[in-house]
Amino acid sequence: MTLSLLTPAFSVGRNEERCIRCGVCVNQCINQVHHLDEDGFMWVTEKNCVGCHRCAVLCPTQALTITRFPLDFRPNQYWSADSLREIYRQAESGGVLLTGMGNPRPYRSYFDHLLLNASQVTNPSIDPLREPMELTTYLGDHSAGLSEAEKPLLKLEIPVMFSAMSYGAVSLNVQKSLARAAREMVTYWNTGEGGLHDEVKEYADCTIVQVASGRFGVSPDYLNNAAAIEIKIGQGAKPGIGGHLPAEKVSPGVAQTRMIPAWSDAISPAPHHDIYSIEDLAQLIETIKVATDFQKPVAVKVAAVHNISAIASGIVRAGADIVAIDGFRGATGAAPLRIRDNIGIPIEMAIAQVDQRLRDEGIRPKASLVSAGGIRNSADVVKILALGADAVYIGTAALVALGCHLCQTCFTGRCNWGIATTDRQLSKRLNPEIGAMRAINLLKAWEHEIKEMMGGMGINAVDSLRGNRLMLKGIGLEQHELDLLGVSPAGA
Amino acid sequence: MRVQSNPEYCLGCGLCRLYCAAAHDGYDGNLLKAFKRGTPQPRADLIVRNDKSWLNTCRHCHNAPCINACLTGALQKDDQGIVFIDSQRCVGCFTCVMVCPFGHIQPSRDSYRVVKCDLCRDQKGIPACVSFCPNGALSLTEEVETR
Repeated sequence: MTLSLLTPAFSVGRNEERCIRCGVCVNQCINQVHHLDEDGFMWVTEKNCVGCHRCAVLCPTQALTITRFPLDFRPNQYWSADSLREIYRQAESGGVLLTGMGNPRPYRSYFDHLLLNASQVTNPSIDPLREPMELTTYLGDHSAGLSEAEKPLLKLEIPVMFSAMSYGAVSLNVQKSLARAAREMVTYWNTGEGGLHDEVKEYADCTIVQVASGRFGVSPDYLNNAAAIEIKIGQGAKPGIGGHLPAEKVSPGVAQTRMIPAWSDAISPAPHHDIYSIEDLAQLIETIKVATDFQKPVAVKVAAVHNISAIASGIVRAGADIVAIDGFRGATGAAPLRIRDNIGIPIEMAIAQVDQRLRDEGIRPKASLVSAGGIRNSADVVKILALGADAVYIGTAALVALGCHLCQTCFTGRCNWGIATTDRQLSKRLNPEIGAMRAINLLKAWEHEIKEMMGGMGINAVDSLRGNRLMLKGIGLEQHELDLLGVSPAGA
Repeated sequence: MRVQSNPEYCLGCGLCRLYCAAAHDGYDGNLLKAFKRGTPQPRADLIVRNDKSWLNTCRHCHNAPCINACLTGALQKDDQGIVFIDSQRCVGCFTCVMVCPFGHIQPSRDSYRVVKCDLCRDQKGIPACVSFCPNGALSLTEEVETR
């Protein structure tokens, strides 16, 4: 290849008055951006910089600044800088563009167009510091009649769970951090499709194990060493396509957990080859329930796509106890860029539509609804619960709490924060004790905020918030959007 | 009491040594002043072997060989068990440098005396290396070896 037409994405600034030549930036950057020679001369290779901020955060004298590379193309509303750079990349590589994390495009975020209610005069608001406030949520089939045996349920003390992130996509220290946090906060973490490593088996009581199209690491022990089982059909970042854990990330530990040869590509097919219909799904759900002696709820996770309400109705009728829906903002360790950025629908629409459909069909109590993909803060949690979800999964928010800076290069396996990597040296950078503490802090903070918002609405139990769309008003939305969300406009 | 290193989480970044140097010799924790104007000297070594790294620092031993060997009584143990050096009394014979089984004590770069870890006893708190370790790889432990 001749000269690359790609200019650096980021510019690395070094304040010479502050730089003490300590070399921390040099030894912390796996992308080899910083160099220091024996004469004390420092220089940077800016084209390697992914903007993860590892060097800037650890620099003891704050000598570093990372900014966008100040090389502007001639302004063009249609051909953005990104679209030009993507073409340069493909013209050089001839390959599919890969990326990580969630859809960053400026599609409308309905969370930002919904406002919450608060009590004034006619009903009292509640102070959660003085009065009891309950966030306890039970996920599963609630339809058992008085004379029937109760179905197995998952008990959550906060309606926020950690999304599926497999060992391989993320480091074992991420799983350890989330597992400890889940146990402490009485909620659940999800293994993803990469099997269950021996070192996290002790967290069975707060683990959801996943059965995906690759069936990595699935065995009777695996299914029984968990609180619930999730069948993953699709994921919000890449609906309709499978997974591909590149061989570089399949370290001996990952290989053992996934039951595949080390340093070989781990490919998950796009569909489950034994599920080509709702009836096939019903068979797999039944098989898993038999394998676990009907003691554990079975969840089915799908991406939010065009006919999501009909799909969700089919999943509930197939016997799933929990339906997890992943919106188009859902993140991933690796996905083709065009897929991530162009497929799926917003989670707010999907949850509102599915909740309404299941109510209309009278099957809403048969399954709980979990919303995933793009939950950024506690207000998003409250809004999605009011739209009809029972609980949420957080993935990106949890990783950000552990140090992720959303540089979107997870697929390279060279994560400077020790998160999206299986490299032994890089994985060390996340101490699970610190990780667990940060994840616990995040959930505790959200718990306080959710209680404050519920108290303001005069609601003292999360059961009264679920599907309570009277607590929401739309702002800046068209009538058809309001109708789809099932909310009235602000002021009405 | 001593600083314990956990190689499982040590990144080898070396921030411990920087903050250690700035915490001593009167720099009062000011990294810029220490490294731009002074001759900072860390009291501990970062050892990197293969894929492991750890901070080699004073064990503050019971029956410490350095104290036994000190000609002038400059090396002492205080009531908290911290082995420290009284620089006024150090004559720079470097006997302690030779007897320390961990190679911890170093000659000072700019005067005829030795320097060693004193667990930041002047600042009365957690030692600088422990409090600035970005990954919790350093901790204070009460376990001390007897020589």
